Amino acid sequence: MIVVNKLCKSFGKLEVLHNVSEHIEKGECVVLIGPSGSGKSTFLRCLNLLEEPTSGEILFDGVSMTSPSTDINRMRQKMGMVFQHFNLFPNMTILRNITLAPTRTGIMVREQAEARAMELLQRVGLADKASAYPAQLSGGQKQRVAIVRALCMQPEVMLFDEPTSALDPEMVGEVLDVMKSLAMAGMTMVVVTHEMGFAREVANRVLFLDGGEIVEQGDPHNIFYNPQSERLKSFLAKVL
Amino acid sequence: MEQYQAWKALVVSGKADLWQQFYVKFYQAFVEGDRWRQYLQGVGTTLLVTAMALLLGVLLGLIVSIVRTAYDQQRPGHRNPLLAVLNGFFKVYVTVIRGTPMMVQLMIMGLVIFASSRNFALVGALALGINSGAYTSEIIRGGLMSVDIGQMEAGRSLGMNYADTMRFIIVPQAVKAILPALGNEFIVLLKDTSLISVIAGKELMYAAKTISSRTYEYLFPYIGVALIYLLLVMLFTWVLGIFERRLRASDRR
Repeated sequence: MIVVNKLCKSFGKLEVLHNVSEHIEKGECVVLIGPSGSGKSTFLRCLNLLEEPTSGEILFDGVSMTSPSTDINRMRQKMGMVFQHFNLFPNMTILRNITLAPTRTGIMVREQAEARAMELLQRVGLADKASAYPAQLSGGQKQRVAIVRALCMQPEVMLFDEPTSALDPEMVGEVLDVMKSLAMAGMTMVVVTHEMGFAREVANRVLFLDGGEIVEQGDPHNIFYNPQSERLKSFLAKVL
Repeated sequence: MEQYQAWKALVVSGKADLWQQFYVKFYQAFVEGDRWRQYLQGVGTTLLVTAMALLLGVLLGLIVSIVRTAYDQQRPGHRNPLLAVLNGFFKVYVTVIRGTPMMVQLMIMGLVIFASSRNFALVGALALGINSGAYTSEIIRGGLMSVDIGQMEAGRSLGMNYADTMRFIIVPQAVKAILPALGNEFIVLLKDTSLISVIAGKELMYAAKTISSRTYEYLFPYIGVALIYLLLVMLFTWVLGIFERRLRASDRR
């Protein structure tokens, strides 16, 4: 579904990603782990072109994301993204946060979008917050709304950029539960996280990034209980 | 009237006491020949010019700031040549307007570019609006840049285009942030309308000028218009305060 070919990304002189190639299949839940500054978030943000790759190619459903003739807005509509800091729109209600994009991009009419938004809110247990403003919600609630906002566009893939890193510890669980049920339902997911428990439990595949490269990858069991490279071993020793 | 004539004779003969002198001067400044009408008309013109300049300034400021912000936020490799031309043009505009005195701009507008126009107030409003636009554009640009970058990213990641993201997400948040600075600019603008008297725009200051040049008495006309300006600005500030409180109230929802 997503093919990454020799992706390089530099910020000025600093090379953050070096020749990263990767295939992500439909229905997979891929979790990216690695020390900070290893390029995980940059890799994820390159997938929907929030970061412009310096070189290399990204194909989504066979369409090149980087080609100038690609309608990037159309492509992004099929890729939901959830941010570390939620990035809800503080100037509108929760319902409007969720329905703005589907209605403005013309993929749904208002009634349709609102019905779908309410149904999704119901599913994450926040239907009663529809007319509230983001400032009235807790961190965990905000992040669940952010997930719903992305889901309302009916994306083919969901990208999660450290979705629990800005949350109070007791709110991490509620967000991870939503993500888990999403993965169970067969959503294609790419997740950058420090939650090793989530990676172990939910991921189909774990990628370990360090120094801008995928150092090691495999199924969670092998990554966590049978690491091969020294770098992964020392990383796991620190976080587990 | 009779009292004025009698006391005026005393003033001329140099026998008037302080109170009588004051009375005569006040009468000459505001009452004689219905001069208060000139002040009133002046206030009308001042407010009209302020309103026109304000409208033009905000419009220009909005266009310039959005073009300049859009230019800065282009994706590398997807640069729009039209945007580059407009951006360059607007940069020159802001530099020239901010780099030259308001008075000089007014003189050039009134005496060079529109030398043949008799509608001095309109020319003045045009010059003021163009001037204000340069400052307003920087205020708005600052507001747009102050909105968290994550808001733009969230909007774009949902597949919305740049214009929609700006319109529904960035601009509404920027407005709240820039309102105090914008209010400041409006007050400056209101007071700067006094400058158009130099190109014969018949606003409030012009009234004080013409009246004092006939009576050779400066105290009352100028203190008078100073008080009127102060009153107008206080009124303006009050209205702005209400507006700001209303916007802030929406934060606590």
